[in-house]
Amino acid sequence: MSRHVVASIEEIPPGSRKIVTVNGREIGIFRIGDDFHGLINRCPHQGAPLCRGEIVSRLVAPSPGDYRLTRSGEMLRCPWHCWEFDIRTGQSLCDPNSVQARAFDVAVEPGKTLVEGPFVAEQVQVTVEERYVVVTV
Amino acid sequence: MNRPASDHLTGAIDCDIHPALPATRVLLPHFDPYWREHVLRRGLERENFEPSSYPANAPINGRPDWHLPSGPPGSSLPALQAHLLDRLRPAHAICNVVHGAQVMLSEDLSAAFCRAINNWIKAEWLDRDPRLRASIVVPPHSAELAVEEIERLAPDPRFVQVLLLAMTEVPLGRRQNWPIYKAASQHGLPIGIHAGSSFRHPPSALGWPSYYLEDYVSQAQGFQAALNSLVSEGVFVKFPDLKVVLIESGVTWLPASLWRLDKTWRGVRAEVPWLEEQPTETVRRHVRLTLQPFDAPPTEQQLHTLLEQLGSDRMLLFSSDYPHWHFDGDEALPSGLSAELIRKICVENPLETYPRLKETS
Repeated sequence: MSRHVVASIEEIPPGSRKIVTVNGREIGIFRIGDDFHGLINRCPHQGAPLCRGEIVSRLVAPSPGDYRLTRSGEMLRCPWHCWEFDIRTGQSLCDPNSVQARAFDVAVEPGKTLVEGPFVAEQVQVTVEERYVVVTV
Repeated sequence: MNRPASDHLTGAIDCDIHPALPATRVLLPHFDPYWREHVLRRGLERENFEPSSYPANAPINGRPDWHLPSGPPGSSLPALQAHLLDRLRPAHAICNVVHGAQVMLSEDLSAAFCRAINNWIKAEWLDRDPRLRASIVVPPHSAELAVEEIERLAPDPRFVQVLLLAMTEVPLGRRQNWPIYKAASQHGLPIGIHAGSSFRHPPSALGWPSYYLEDYVSQAQGFQAALNSLVSEGVFVKFPDLKVVLIESGVTWLPASLWRLDKTWRGVRAEVPWLEEQPTETVRRHVRLTLQPFDAPPTEQQLHTLLEQLGSDRMLLFSSDYPHWHFDGDEALPSGLSAELIRKICVENPLETYPRLKETS
């Protein structure tokens, strides 16, 4: 396990994402409010670039016709077959226990800490004033 | 019929038999005075309202040794007793009358005929053999009148089901039909969906077929569409206690249909957000299928594969489909079923599906 600095928090405004490559692996970093989440950019179904999919809400209905919009901006819809995934956990909606996209721990660290190491920051120029997104792989 | 009857069906529950009207006029005493006069003025008692889904001369619709000296097969209680009840010795048999009453264009006439048929089945069959139970025949094109008939007969526990046809004016899951499901659910009555069509639409989605072969085989597509409608419209979410019995569906089309339903649901789940689980799970909980006619695969090994694909030993219900011709002698069950599964199919599954059978057994 190693920790990688992949972006400054300014690069990923709320509701957006950045796809980064760490150790040759593509990971989507998503920002929901001030929380950051990482998902592998590979759909567990057939390998589509999952993290390029549309960021959507969770549409639910406790009974037919009783429509409710919940968890706006917290779901990811695969660009190939439209399966939906929970950005926070990687769980699919269609088969949450068996079909999951691998999730990675993502944290926000102040530049001051990162300069001291032991972090890998080959893609990001780290300065002490900024805060950074750090993914554990 | 010279060899002795086997006893493996003793105590079974036969979930689909077809008493037939000897002639329309036998209903006359069972109409109320208004509708009796209506029928007589129009001469309707001289008409034959047998549905064209089941042409009387098609061999499949009457087993040769179950033909009667007079009247259509299935129209005699003593014959039913001799052919089936006293021979295979089922504990109960559920009478499903399939009749033109269910597809008449006039909602009121349809309802009047359905009431008369239900009165007739009660007086001429249920009251004369304690082993018999029946489905309530309703006018499917009027939910309001269908509910009235369900409410009228629900107090009699010998009526154990509400009967609909697979292909009528609108797909069965549509909300206009929900009052029927609500009433059935409240009274512990499953909805039996029998093969058949009102022929408002062609039985094939491609148009009108030329031959009986096409028409008959297309019934399975009708069942698929009916089931897809019930599931997609959320009928089982709205009525979590409702059971549906597919009667004479053929059975073996179901696994592949469910694979397609599950697969497609995964991508379009948001369109039907009330469906929170794989449709197959819903179907296994709510849907049952009568056995005959069973579109059995050629080998026993393939039969086992199919049963495995169904994924539940609780879905199949024994039926003879008397007097239709799907088997000879007493071989009403496909060969290759385990004793345990036979017990489930013949007794446990029907008792679970039809709670009213326990009230009256």
